[in-house]
Amino acid sequence: MQPKKLTPPNDDKRWRLVGATMRKHGFLPSALIETLHTVQEAFGYLDDQSLRWVALNLRVPLSRVYGVATFYNYFTLKPQGEHTCVVCLGTACYIKGAPDILEAIQAQEDIKPGETSADKKVSLLIARCIGACGLAPAVVYDGEVVGKLGPEQALARINAWRANKAEEVAHAAG
Amino acid sequence: MLLDDLHGIAKRERAEQARHEQHIVVCTGTACASARSAEVQAALEGGIKVRGLEKRCAVTPGGCRGLCAAGPLVTVQPQGTLYQGVHPEDAEAIIESLETGAVVERLHCHTDTPFFTRQQKVVLEQSGLLNPDRVEDYIAHGGYEALVHALTEMTPAQVLEEVVRSGLRGRGGGGYPTGLKWSTVAKAISDQKYVICNGDEGDPGAFMDRSVMESNPHRVLEGMLLAGYAVGASVGFIYVRAEYPLAVKRLEAAIKQAKKLGLLGANICNTPFSFEIEIRLGAGAFVCGEETALIASIEGERGQPRPRPPYPAESGLWGKPTLINNVETLANVPPILQRGGDWYARIGMDKSKGTKVFALTGRIVHTGLIEVPMGITLREIVYEIGGGIPDGKQFKAVQTGGPSGGCIPADQLDLPVTYESLASVGSIMGSGGMIVMDETSCMVDVAKYFMEFSMAESCGKCVPCRVGTAQMYQLLDRISKGEATLDDLALLEDLCDMVKHTSLCGLGQSAPNPVISTLKYFRDEYLAHIVERRCPAGVCKMSSPAHNGHVSELAHKEGVR
Amino acid sequence: MKATPKSINAPRVVTLKINGQDISGREDESILDLARENNIFIPTLCHLDGLTDIGACRLCLVEVQGMNKLQPACVLRPSEGMEVNTDSPRLQRYRRMVIEMLFAEGNHMCSVCVSNGHCDLQAAAQILGMDHVRLDYFSKPRTLDGSHPRFVFDENRCILCTRCVRVCAEVEGAFTWGVMGRGIDSRVITDMDERWGESTTCTGCSKCVAVCPTGAIVDKGKGASEMVKHREFVAMLREQREREG
Repeated sequence: MQPKKLTPPNDDKRWRLVGATMRKHGFLPSALIETLHTVQEAFGYLDDQSLRWVALNLRVPLSRVYGVATFYNYFTLKPQGEHTCVVCLGTACYIKGAPDILEAIQAQEDIKPGETSADKKVSLLIARCIGACGLAPAVVYDGEVVGKLGPEQALARINAWRANKAEEVAHAAG
Repeated sequence: MLLDDLHGIAKRERAEQARHEQHIVVCTGTACASARSAEVQAALEGGIKVRGLEKRCAVTPGGCRGLCAAGPLVTVQPQGTLYQGVHPEDAEAIIESLETGAVVERLHCHTDTPFFTRQQKVVLEQSGLLNPDRVEDYIAHGGYEALVHALTEMTPAQVLEEVVRSGLRGRGGGGYPTGLKWSTVAKAISDQKYVICNGDEGDPGAFMDRSVMESNPHRVLEGMLLAGYAVGASVGFIYVRAEYPLAVKRLEAAIKQAKKLGLLGANICNTPFSFEIEIRLGAGAFVCGEETALIASIEGERGQPRPRPPYPAESGLWGKPTLINNVETLANVPPILQRGGDWYARIGMDKSKGTKVFALTGRIVHTGLIEVPMGITLREIVYEIGGGIPDGKQFKAVQTGGPSGGCIPADQLDLPVTYESLASVGSIMGSGGMIVMDETSCMVDVAKYFMEFSMAESCGKCVPCRVGTAQMYQLLDRISKGEATLDDLALLEDLCDMVKHTSLCGLGQSAPNPVISTLKYFRDEYLAHIVERRCPAGVCKMSSPAHNGHVSELAHKEGVR
Repeated sequence: MKATPKSINAPRVVTLKINGQDISGREDESILDLARENNIFIPTLCHLDGLTDIGACRLCLVEVQGMNKLQPACVLRPSEGMEVNTDSPRLQRYRRMVIEMLFAEGNHMCSVCVSNGHCDLQAAAQILGMDHVRLDYFSKPRTLDGSHPRFVFDENRCILCTRCVRVCAEVEGAFTWGVMGRGIDSRVITDMDERWGESTTCTGCSKCVAVCPTGAIVDKGKGASEMVKHREFVAMLREQREREG
């Protein structure tokens, strides 16, 4: 038995994308992971409301939806910062100095992996291996892989985000 | 679609390509793309337009050439001249060389070096040469010929027979004979069977499957189709890591193209054989590389393994007989069908046939993707293909098999690379990560690194893996900080033994391997951390310096003189 | 109509050896069932008659001749001529270590536990001779949820056997209990990690209380002498349902 009509929790247009994924998979419970991918792509993270809506439509118990959402590393239940910075900790990156990069970022931003800086500017994440071992050590800035980095260069990219923002602010004020 | 139609497409494509005298192929794999190969491609296209050479020369995207650290890579065809480290501002020089016929020496990457000549390519033979976005280009290189031939001229049993004869074994880690796996699924009686392509390459330090999916997606589809035909399945799933967006994009496009040509879908080649392929995204769980966990994930559940038996070949996805092969295994199938199982079986050594793709990384001159015949020695890989250790440093160990494998020391470098020989020294073939370490790597730190990985990736279902990996990690952490005793070391060894033999799935059973192998070959490093409270490689930070009383007391206990 | 004898689909009966003893059993019975029928003891924790077996606690591992890996007796099926060994110094050592691991993982203090004296974990430790723990205690702070009017969930005493999760899903059909996170951070939760008392799915059937092997899920306000758990009903319920079809 399927719900006759999909009624999204609110009139945010992004729910349509989520609805489309569920429809494509015939609202089967097995579509759970594919649907959560769409939710995260559309909203940036999985919040309580979306998990409940997906659970209802796919007829998956709440405890199962939550269990799946927290099992996989790729899913995040917290909103991310404006920019994300993913430090690869694959073996090649690890032995070529990724821990130093991670430490530098943690120290400067005062955050741990999985956290977002106080100004909501930068989220720090770690990856198990992004498969860019030829470029070790590598960091992914907002989806762009940058390789062969040292701690200073790694920080420079983050500082550039902040600087750009400052410029914009100055521009707007001026 | 008949063989004639296929040949027609190939002919048209070749004619189309021949309209241009020269082709500049720009690598668009992940490594080169992140070195901004797209800008290089744009610059080359722009430069050619400016000079009005569009008729003579075409710029096309290509797949991975393997030398990832030297990207972006550009190949000029038909000469086959390879350029490395190409920047947009170099475009001008390359275009000029087309007209003069001279080679741009400062960018030239010589392909007569061991890195290229010592390799033997089967899986990667077309990578970097064909345009991964065009099915026609794949067909022009002989693609889908094996499939059409198999469907129109061979019985499923004959296809199976070729794979059995080839001696191909699973390239995902375990090395289970592929033909045997296929025949088990083929024999199972069921109204529905599935083929799953495992593209959840999770080993840290491995990117072989990503490269194959990105550079030659149709090869993967063709392998799945042949598998489906041989075992009697009608639905296939490709389980790809969400971290590989380019691979997903290319596979999606490839599925569409294959459908359009009638190579995928209902009644392929006007035969009763129908096959659909769907993509499923992984979501970041290493354990999903394990067959039963992968199945749980495709079913939309937590990726937790189930006890085997029953094996997926009898009861897999939704309880139906399911064939699971990894990307590289399936990519070997089309050439086996095309050239025969006997041809394939002539490559390799002993019970390890064919070639293996390795991601050669770490402290090595030539970082990249290589494909070598089985039986080649580690020394040949490290010193000839890999070009040795940079900065005049000393080789210490090579790690294979990722968190399930082990570290192989210098005195074992003449070991031939086969499933059995790697296992005999406490490592495994694994999926193909090969990480070279020099004297700047601390083996306790390496063991700790892999244990941290296994701990974080443990699914938490069975007690030995859930608690044992965390306990072993704590002990390794203590050792690395110089806070451990020899009793701790004894406990660590007990835990290794217990977790290895009692865990539910391969992740837990192999999680102790990096510790066991480093303890076997580098025990002195462990003792230095414990007894002398120092890290010989200078990697680990000790919490407090050694004091003489501690050393002598411990030295007495272990019998160290 | 009289039931005809089941034809080819009926499970075959095979003969095998457990600890050298000749035993016959149906192919669809587990080695654990067969051992118990023949008064051969195999320790278990995650297993409970009437629930689906998951082979997770690894206490019931046995040695099987010709198989190089140890096999969990709860899910292992017999085959003709199989030779099983349920007890050896090595198995005893591994089993003791499993119990040690569970004690080190949670925060188990028998003397102040309402299940003291009738706890499956405590009993297993005694039977297997686990008299001290060599491992580090994680001593992680864990929560106690007393929001439900009739029951208490004390996570400190949870061993993640998932009996509650399975009985809730398989027998009650409420799916209130689940597991979140993974690895050493795995936790048993109600709904979306909400307070039990606020659960919209819990029927208050108390089956989870009955099946919990330790003092993790208990009745509110009961003393140690009253908190004896009766679990036979699970298997009986299952059987009844199968019979009624």
